[in-house]
Amino acid sequence: MTSSRRYYSLLVVWFVIVATVWLAPACGKRDRHSQTLTVAGSTSVQPFAEKLAEIYMRYHPELLINVQGGGSSAGIMAVQQRAAAIGASSRELYPGEKHLHETVIAWDGIVIIVNPALGLDNLSLKELRQIFAGQITDWAALGLPPHGIHVITREEGSGTRTAFEELVMKKKEITQGALVQDSNGAVREIVATDPHAIGYISYGLVNKQVKALAVDGVKPSCANIKKGDYTLTRRFLFLTLEKPEGVAKDFNEFVLGPGGQGILEKEGLIGVQ
Amino acid sequence: MSKEKLIEKVLMLLAFSAIGSLLLITVFIFLEGLPIILQTGVGNFIFGAHWAPTKGHFGILAMILSSIYVTLGAMIFGVPLALACAIILAEFAPRRLTRILKPTIELLAGIPSVVYGFLGVVLLVPLIRTHLGGPGLSLLAASLILGIMILPTVISISIDAINAVPNIYREGSIALGATQWQTVRKLVLPAARSGIITAVILGMGRAIGETMAVIMVAGNALKIPTSILDPVRTLTANIALELGYASGAHREALFATGIVLFIIIMILNTTATLITGRK
Repeated sequence: MTSSRRYYSLLVVWFVIVATVWLAPACGKRDRHSQTLTVAGSTSVQPFAEKLAEIYMRYHPELLINVQGGGSSAGIMAVQQRAAAIGASSRELYPGEKHLHETVIAWDGIVIIVNPALGLDNLSLKELRQIFAGQITDWAALGLPPHGIHVITREEGSGTRTAFEELVMKKKEITQGALVQDSNGAVREIVATDPHAIGYISYGLVNKQVKALAVDGVKPSCANIKKGDYTLTRRFLFLTLEKPEGVAKDFNEFVLGPGGQGILEKEGLIGVQ
Repeated sequence: MSKEKLIEKVLMLLAFSAIGSLLLITVFIFLEGLPIILQTGVGNFIFGAHWAPTKGHFGILAMILSSIYVTLGAMIFGVPLALACAIILAEFAPRRLTRILKPTIELLAGIPSVVYGFLGVVLLVPLIRTHLGGPGLSLLAASLILGIMILPTVISISIDAINAVPNIYREGSIALGATQWQTVRKLVLPAARSGIITAVILGMGRAIGETMAVIMVAGNALKIPTSILDPVRTLTANIALELGYASGAHREALFATGIVLFIIIMILNTTATLITGRK
């Protein structure tokens, strides 16, 4: 008898806990924010946009900024259909999309990295393309001691890979023999430990463990990216249907101002100011 | 209605909700993945070797083969070790030792797979790269790591199978003058065969379904491997790697990869159940 009562009370407690956990978030939030702003688009921009939103909301508690991924194209479409106030894109607009108002929030460089022990400093864009397409498979073809090249790429669909394909590969496909890693960090880790590997990562994530190659003689540096000399770069865009107004305008101004640009540079992008 | 009946009903409901969620998962992955398989053609999907989902190529042959190779590799490294371990623990080792060793081995199952993967990347991969060549991230590395990961499954089920052989058999055999090893080899192992096969098949299921550790050490290249030092991408790795960014047909193709994996694991588990059932 006592034991069955104990079961009952346990069951009741369990239901109460489950109900609380499920329902709690639904209650509290209501009406705390009087305004919302949706930023949707590129997964490359997403982490930066989240950071910006987080800090902006700290000073504007009445505003809820909703940052969503989905990819650049999805973001552009969301703006056109008014599903999002701001679209984030890491690719340039296509001719049919030019009516949108674009704000460049930052530059990102794609850097080719090798192991410091390899002894390579520079590659031409053509050589780079041939290596990643699997046409050059041995370092001997570039005048280095003969050894197979270990090509490392990102997974299909990643923003960095998409940009790399557009900037370097043009119409060629990346070789099927390439090792695939799912983050900038993992690519860097392999290149740092494998003396025969070559990979590409975002500018902000290059560190001392790996060597950043010059492409066609131009080193990837902040100055070269800003001047436009280093060509493996992409622009991060905020898109609005018309010239931004209201909260969208305020947020845009924050992003372009010293506060927002400071955050972006600290996170490894190159500011536009 | 008595309290007992009520509790029975509630428990029954909970049990069915588990089956219900299995059913939901099944229906969901088939709904999401089947259209792209039918659109590509079953043959092209399964026997196509070109995977470039954002450019409209959906062939997963390389990944099916890689999954099979990696699993076979894990069996080659893991099963002899596991069987030897199970025989020692069940037949030869003193009771006291068994009581310490068995829980220790079962503890292996509790280590998160990301830890196995990390150890693989830090210790095993550089060893393979410097001593055997290739990029290190390879079929061999994945097989070795998985071989260790399946040990607890195979060992504990094999021990149970060996312990289930009645003692009378052993006593009879010893009485006839057979040594302990002869008894184990000629009598206990054949008698425990179905249980041991089940253990191996469940180990296979564990190996083929493992994801995190494999992504970390296998290299994930899309080529059909020609050597054990080549990097490979398994079915599970393909889904986990690409799902984050996938949309549209690409996403469907990943669910379709899940369907293939689901069917392979269903076949393995059903075989295991049939073998145990026959006993």
